[in-house]
Amino acid sequence: MTDKISRETIRNEAIDPDFVDSIVDAGADRLRTCIQCGTCSSVCPSGRRTAFRTRELMRKALLGLKDEVLSSPDLWLCATCLTCLERCPRQIKVTDAIIIMRNMAVEEGHMLPEHRKSSKKLLETGHAVPINAANLEKRKNLGLKEIPPTTHSSKKALADVQKIMKRTGFKKLITEDKEEN
Amino acid sequence: MTESQTYSFFLGCVMPNRFPNLEASIRLVLPKLGIELEDLKGASCCPAPGVIRSFSEPTWLALASRNLALAEMAGHDLLTGCNGCYGTFKETLTEIREHPERLKEVQKVFKGTGLKFKGKVEAKHLIEVINDLDVEDIKKLLTKSLEGIKVGVHYGCHLLKPSKNRPWEQTQRHTFLDELVELTGATSTKYKDKYLCCGAGGGVRGSQVAVSVDIAKEKLDNLIEAGVDCILNVCSFCHLQYEVSQAQLNKELGEKKYQIPVIYFTQLLGLAMGLDPSELGLDIHMIDTQPLLDKILG
Repeated sequence: MTDKISRETIRNEAIDPDFVDSIVDAGADRLRTCIQCGTCSSVCPSGRRTAFRTRELMRKALLGLKDEVLSSPDLWLCATCLTCLERCPRQIKVTDAIIIMRNMAVEEGHMLPEHRKSSKKLLETGHAVPINAANLEKRKNLGLKEIPPTTHSSKKALADVQKIMKRTGFKKLITEDKEEN
Repeated sequence: MTESQTYSFFLGCVMPNRFPNLEASIRLVLPKLGIELEDLKGASCCPAPGVIRSFSEPTWLALASRNLALAEMAGHDLLTGCNGCYGTFKETLTEIREHPERLKEVQKVFKGTGLKFKGKVEAKHLIEVINDLDVEDIKKLLTKSLEGIKVGVHYGCHLLKPSKNRPWEQTQRHTFLDELVELTGATSTKYKDKYLCCGAGGGVRGSQVAVSVDIAKEKLDNLIEAGVDCILNVCSFCHLQYEVSQAQLNKELGEKKYQIPVIYFTQLLGLAMGLDPSELGLDIHMIDTQPLLDKILG
């Protein structure tokens, strides 16, 4: 049969049958019970204005399209508002599933440059959003401790935080040269 | 007056390092309500529930546990004024309590740091503690009626969800914050999509700014439509989102269409207590609060 309709074919090689198991094992209960009703997509604030479709992401995860899911920038459009998780008629932890897949994506080297930058700040200062000169001034004028009583004012605390991040493998994860082009 | 209670005050990142005026208003107002704050010395980033947790969940769990451990060792429950930090601590406590092996994993990572952690501590949002006070005790402290002020209440997401792990009534249409706001005499104004996300979380603000600002814009347009005098929040990240996004939108438009003052709960309560606006940090907002102050102070 020859027609001009373009059909999207998912090849067997693209399917990793263990993918969904690993997501469920990491805590996304009931993922397999998804009935593709689309409630998640319908309540998604990011989906209202982008091509991001939560339902599609869940379907691809169920199909085992691991590489496609993990390399897609769409995975990073979820604002983690948790509305889909609240409304899912099957009580699937949709947001948890997304976070689990994001962890896998980062593990495979898919990390957005801005996220790597904030992670480096966390590694260096103990804060993803560290203090700056303008805010030191604001604090002083407000009568607050100029340097906040956080890791910013304790070398021992910062050293502990850095030690923890080394032990959990965060330092290696972030500083290794896996930057995407 | 209700017996005074002491908490370990967890600051996080955005509040002390970008909006110290919110911190100032909390430190000023809470003790008046009998809520004493002790600094949680050496605390780090919570870390963010949709950002760092998305990169490395074990790192998120360990650092969150460290912050909780600092409070536990100080002998107080932890208090936060940020929905994101609140989410991180609530979810961490549930994770280690439901899965004891995760607590062991954290304890192992703590080895040699002197940190002791059993997971017995509780984490509370300041609005939860205020909501548990006797309404009459709060009313006694209010000397300035905010009658005639139309407030657009923004709850934020992580304060309310996942609902199974939150102390509130099981509903998708909460009213507790509206009721607290209305104690001041102000009116909580109905507006479209009131429970919609601010758009900042999950790493979206950091990496996909256009999408993030567009989510904020949707709500800001609804608030303008409703004719509010201010948008009220209880989260330093939502606060950042509405302050910064309005400035960004105005710049893109080339006109100052978005001018809704963004007010943190303790700032509004402080005004109703008759406190000085500059002591509440209301004079250093990105979006000018003067129109609101003029309406209140005349």
